[in-house]
Amino acid sequence: MQDKNISKDNFEQCLKCNLCTTVCPMMAANPHYPGPKQAGPDGERYRLKDPKFFDLTLKYCLNCKRCEVACPSGVKVGDIIQKARLEFGKQHNPVRDFTLANTDLVGSLAVPFAPIVNPVMAAKPVKALMDTFIGVDSHRTFPKYSSKKFTSWFKSSKAPSQEGFDRYVHYFHGCYVNYNYPQLGKDFVTLMNACGYGVRLLDKERCCGVALMSNGFGAQARRNANTNIGAFRRAGGVVLTSSSTCTFTMRDEYEHVLGIDNSDVRDNILLTTKWLYDKVEKGEIKLAFKKDYHKKITYHTACHMNKMGWAIYSTELLRMIPGVELTVPQQQCCGISGTFGFKKENYPYSQKIGQELFDTLLESAPDVVACDCETCKWQIEMSTGLTVMNPVSILAEALDIEETKRLNRV
Amino acid sequence: MIYDVIIIGGGVTGVGTARDCALRGLKVLLLERQDLTAGATGRNHGLLHSGARYAVTDKESAAECIRENKILRRVASNCVEPTGGLFITLPEDDLAYQDNFIKCCREAGIDAEAIDPKEALRMEPSVNPALIGAVKVPDASVDPFRLATANALDAMLHGAEVRTYTEVTGFIKEGDRIVGVETRDTKTGAEEKFYATITVNAAGIWGHHIAEMAGCEIRMLPAKGSLLIFGHRVNKMVINRCRKPANADILVPGDVVCVIGTTSDKVPFEECDDIRVTPEEVQLLLREGCMLAPSLAQTRILRAYAGVRPLVASDDDPTGRSTSRGIVLLDHEKRDGIPGFISITGGKLTSYRLMGEQATDLVCGKLGKNARCRTAELPLPGSEKDLMEGAKGLKMAEKAAIGRQGTMVSKMDFANKSEVLCECEHVTRAEIAYAVKYLDVHNMMDLRRRTRVGMGTCQGSFCMKKVAAALAEELGCPEKTDEFVQEYLRERWKGMIPVCWGDALREAEYMRKLYADKAGEGEER
Repeated sequence: MQDKNISKDNFEQCLKCNLCTTVCPMMAANPHYPGPKQAGPDGERYRLKDPKFFDLTLKYCLNCKRCEVACPSGVKVGDIIQKARLEFGKQHNPVRDFTLANTDLVGSLAVPFAPIVNPVMAAKPVKALMDTFIGVDSHRTFPKYSSKKFTSWFKSSKAPSQEGFDRYVHYFHGCYVNYNYPQLGKDFVTLMNACGYGVRLLDKERCCGVALMSNGFGAQARRNANTNIGAFRRAGGVVLTSSSTCTFTMRDEYEHVLGIDNSDVRDNILLTTKWLYDKVEKGEIKLAFKKDYHKKITYHTACHMNKMGWAIYSTELLRMIPGVELTVPQQQCCGISGTFGFKKENYPYSQKIGQELFDTLLESAPDVVACDCETCKWQIEMSTGLTVMNPVSILAEALDIEETKRLNRV
Repeated sequence: MIYDVIIIGGGVTGVGTARDCALRGLKVLLLERQDLTAGATGRNHGLLHSGARYAVTDKESAAECIRENKILRRVASNCVEPTGGLFITLPEDDLAYQDNFIKCCREAGIDAEAIDPKEALRMEPSVNPALIGAVKVPDASVDPFRLATANALDAMLHGAEVRTYTEVTGFIKEGDRIVGVETRDTKTGAEEKFYATITVNAAGIWGHHIAEMAGCEIRMLPAKGSLLIFGHRVNKMVINRCRKPANADILVPGDVVCVIGTTSDKVPFEECDDIRVTPEEVQLLLREGCMLAPSLAQTRILRAYAGVRPLVASDDDPTGRSTSRGIVLLDHEKRDGIPGFISITGGKLTSYRLMGEQATDLVCGKLGKNARCRTAELPLPGSEKDLMEGAKGLKMAEKAAIGRQGTMVSKMDFANKSEVLCECEHVTRAEIAYAVKYLDVHNMMDLRRRTRVGMGTCQGSFCMKKVAAALAEELGCPEKTDEFVQEYLRERWKGMIPVCWGDALREAEYMRKLYADKAGEGEER
């Protein structure tokens, strides 16, 4: 009679079992947050009746999607909350939220002045002022800006040599690589080139939009998404990334939260480790590592890696390095959730949520923590003093480049 | 002690009459054999008719509806949601019907306006996109539980006495005159007698039997109407078919759900106390419902239920074929030579206030009391002011409580009883305590009708134990917790069985697992 009773975001499939409630990191740290079930499918019924039922405490959702991973009924709990926030939520602090959300704009402005911006942003009086006046918590360490954008470096020193390959991949570098840490992008190029692939940049690239979405700038997020999707279409083949959250946003949130059809390009958007593992598995790429490379590594599974189910590709690649001793503890949330943890009112919750993870990581006493997410990296480095590296950088560092090239007939 | 008036029946007509009588200074006793709203009042669409549905067939009812509609929007603002309504024409319907429909609506004083089908789709995105015509009318959604409860509460606040679970078992007569009633407490079996100058029969379909006891006959025709409740609101506006009224052609958004109905079938009197929805009715409701809003096919059905309309045969028609949807007020002194007894029946939810007014006018006439009816002016408790406007920063559960109880939230102790017990409907301990204190609650079912506890997606699976414990504690009988849970489970199953497939079945299985240790409640399946 009813062929399939599938409702929007599966929200009618919710059995109210509360499994999501038990895995929500915010719920455990913050008594004001009603939890994913109530903020999501329960609240949705009331918001459908009248938007006045929108609950301001939804701002506490980390969008970690652990609720969705836990749900036995496939309810898109996190998406429901994200969409409600985009539709009904107003900025709590417009100046700060705009600054934190507009990574492209702020990054482009900061890079030319990096030698000035970095020490200024790190200075105690400045942090105190930001804390008081714009509500960015003074405990927070700001990621440093690079003095040269990744794209500038690539265009001036790498682009010509990339056309000498007979195979190539497109690279979505993201804001972090471009403005803060070009080294990761350089490592990516090194790795790809050694494997026999040239690297091309997209003809246009904007911030994936995750920070815009979580700060309530829906229209701008949609513009960015459409620009990126257009570039993916023109690029044609596979587009690799080195940030788990950008990847997750462009693959899933574009459609689920922003309502943009990305079905024709979605499967081409891949995290580098996922793509590389598949190639190695099929024997299409061979890797050789330095004999003298030794490192004790603890892998932290970012929440969005957990949601995509892709952590296994990063860890399996790391295990291929003979000198690596790898520990993978149970998945925990670090608490930062992008721009969330930078906000003064959220900082205590961020640190409370992350504490368990920090203890676990410190206990494992690694040489380095591996993680596919840059905001987890900031949080872990600031809170534990440990060094965090992207698996791509670790692979590039451990790679026997000449031998790898030979194996891949470069 | 002698009351001025005893009212039999705790449905909306009874409580509406009780309120009117109390407001006019009468000494009132209301008797109900189950709970308030347990009959047809709690088993209908929750539609505040604009009158459009009756415009073509019964102009008088239509005009009555629109007058009452306008009054209730004002005095019962917390129970009424001004959703507006659409009458849609589908390709298989005759578009010519629409012109006559609009003409009849206007003659009855109903503001009906033809709109472009595209405009209708924009206003109501859930409507069947195949529509070829649409008329906008001032239909609205009304919560019948809330409406009746607010009337009972106001009657009590004005000195009326309300006794639920008190069944009338006989009449006390002096000669032909009825001077009181004999009752039985349905929980304890205790028998009592009450005396009053006038007794009003407002017992809906059960009024047939009450009249018989009094020694007269009202030819009532029980007409069963079945409805389905969906898990959330699919539509924002009431959606009707623009054609001769038929089965399952109204979809009403009510609180956080929507309701499709109804069927209409004559049933024998014996069935009125245990009315069930058949699989054929479920199929019909679903099939017709999808014609109004196709997405119903993808929406979880929470439960099915049925009510019995108190249709009355015209007095001169012994066959009972010609029935009226209008108000029937019977002065049994004139009609049957039984002084001290009147019946108020027929009518519909939308006209309950007018029924109360007419009955009270007659009561006052007989008592020689000269007092003006004020129910069209005085807002019901909870409806004095709209608190939602200033509620932005409040917690979800407090907003939900405002939505249900309106200004009465001022009586709730959110500071100490903020724990959310029913999560689907966001009901806190504070609201439960309020209901126990003010709204005459004796068990879980009563509490459900006052607060929506357990009416949500999980149908009480997750909360009933917590709620039962809280209720038992608030009532001062903590030992009753288990009894409350069992009673609740037995009742809830009834509505879930007819729609037990898909997600409703998963929910039911889950419920069964959770309560498997509780005395075989699930066995009924």
